[in-house]
Amino acid sequence: MIEVVNLTKTFKDKKRGVVRAVDDVTFRCEPGQIYGLLGANGAGKTTALRMIATLLKPVSGSATVAGYDVTKDGAKVRAAVGFLAASTALYGRLTAREMITYFGRLNGMADAAIRERVRQLADELDMHDFLDRKCDKFSTGMKQKTSIARTLVHDPAVMIFDEPTLGLDVMTARAIVRFVKDCRDRGKTVIYSSHVMSEIEKLCDRIGIIHDGQLVAEGTLSELQQRYAETDMEEIFVKAVGGEAALAAAIEKQL
Amino acid sequence: MNWNAICTVYFKELTDTLRDKRTLITTFLIPTLVIPGIIFGAGFVMTKVIKKAQTEATSVMIIGAENAPAIAAGIRENEKFQVVDAAEDFKEQISNKVIRVAVEFPAGFEAGISSPEAPDIIIYHYQGEMKSSMGRGELRSFLTNYRDGLVADGLAERGLPATIAHPFNVESQNVAPPEKVGGNAFGGFVPYIVVILCMTGAMYPAMDLTAGEKERGTMETLLCSPVSRVNIVLGKFLMTLSASVATMALSLIMFAVSALGAAKFFAGGGGGGGGAGAAGEGGGFMMLIDPWGMIGVFAMIVPMAVLFAAGLLTVSLFAKSFKEAQSYVSPLMIVVILPAVMGTLPGIELTWKTALVPITNLSLVCKEMLSGVWNWHYIAVIFGSQVLYAALALWLCVKMFNRESVIFRA
Repeated sequence: MIEVVNLTKTFKDKKRGVVRAVDDVTFRCEPGQIYGLLGANGAGKTTALRMIATLLKPVSGSATVAGYDVTKDGAKVRAAVGFLAASTALYGRLTAREMITYFGRLNGMADAAIRERVRQLADELDMHDFLDRKCDKFSTGMKQKTSIARTLVHDPAVMIFDEPTLGLDVMTARAIVRFVKDCRDRGKTVIYSSHVMSEIEKLCDRIGIIHDGQLVAEGTLSELQQRYAETDMEEIFVKAVGGEAALAAAIEKQL
Repeated sequence: MNWNAICTVYFKELTDTLRDKRTLITTFLIPTLVIPGIIFGAGFVMTKVIKKAQTEATSVMIIGAENAPAIAAGIRENEKFQVVDAAEDFKEQISNKVIRVAVEFPAGFEAGISSPEAPDIIIYHYQGEMKSSMGRGELRSFLTNYRDGLVADGLAERGLPATIAHPFNVESQNVAPPEKVGGNAFGGFVPYIVVILCMTGAMYPAMDLTAGEKERGTMETLLCSPVSRVNIVLGKFLMTLSASVATMALSLIMFAVSALGAAKFFAGGGGGGGGAGAAGEGGGFMMLIDPWGMIGVFAMIVPMAVLFAAGLLTVSLFAKSFKEAQSYVSPLMIVVILPAVMGTLPGIELTWKTALVPITNLSLVCKEMLSGVWNWHYIAVIFGSQVLYAALALWLCVKMFNRESVIFRA
């Protein structure tokens, strides 16, 4: 389970002074559930997820992941999390097998257990053809499969996906979406961030709309549709953030 | 600290680095192929040039030959010289390397020989030019022998013994042990080259394992693992240190082997000629370096290698890309070379003040150790200060690795 309470992160920026990248965000995600974080670029999704994955430290508020506090038990939180983002790349000079094995070892797994897990993941993700080839020669699909295997090697209870389909072709993006659903079906706690409305609409059990660092709306798809009297996710999003002018102003602030 | 995690990171970085062509070029290819190539190539060219210069007759112009017909005839008859016709632009011809040297006999030279005021002979040459210098030496030697012959004849005519002109002989004898001679000759050079190699070896891995990882997006992947950042940075640091020490050791070994091989090869007739003597002498000096001095140099260089590895990792960590890291790291080479050069300068001695200047102190103490001087007070202070600087650099590196503003610099 993930529980985020009043989580806040500020940065100092030369032009803008102190920026509240994540501002007092509170939400909760249960096992077997996908929580969608929907927001425009620069809304604060990645910063929030990085704090949950202990890559960044919050300035205030708290977050617990699988029962561990992100500020006090960083290593235990990371051991319980599989973090997949557009920015988490592969080591090009390692083979897929070496890449997965490396992360198995970093997670404290024994070599025999890693070997078995690699075989199992290669079966599930159909990776046998390229398991012993170097990652820098991979197609985008192969890279994504290897990244997924890397995040799953230690069988984490919590999965965090930060815009995982960014820049991917349709087929690979569909495979990722299928995989995210599969994680939920296996009882994992899943957070999925995206600015693609259709993905969030299709996948998520609960949706949090983040705008300018703040969680401006939260609920199931039907709750949000009811609250904003709209059926289309894009319209719900625009209304939740305060209209197109507010959205444009927030994007302008990033520049 | 978790040594299991540190080793996991280290061996992954080692595998990754050994598969990187650019690292292989700096760490292995340059020391194993380029250094021997340069030494053998330079030795071959030098031997050829010197041999050619020695076998070729020295082109000499005699100015005022009519003033010293006997000596001029002697020069013409000597097969070492090729006399060319006198011309007014002889200085220009020397500068343009048309002739090697010119010798000028003043008017009334022969008559002046027996007068109380000895006349002057002027040899015109091109200073710093090898062939001209050799020609000047040969001409000077010829003229000195001619003069000594005249003196000996004059003394014999008067029935006086030759010892009147040479009442005693002067001889010099070396009392320093051979290793000290070698140490003095190479003492300044060895630490200088070691410091540069140490820095060069650490540069590429330091940039690749930090800024390179940030640029490729693998840094965030790594930070998602449960391994603490201290262990990650220590694994990366050990890899950088290994590359630094490997480059240095391999370069020095190849340098020594090539120098000895080249000396034997050229002395044994591979290149032939007069250059063999010089090359052979160089090889002799290499063998005369005190092995204990070399062990001392390696012991002193370890904290320096730690300092370089940690320092370069810290600096590279600030960069967002490999290219940006290069722009930060490249100027540091000058920062390292200058104090290393200072240690090789004559007059800069090891004192309590210079013992605390990083790199210069190492250069100075290594020079002393290679010369067989073991000043334990200075060695302890320098080793201690090096360890302190290295520990500070490593601490700073770990601290920087934990700073979000550095790791996730946008």
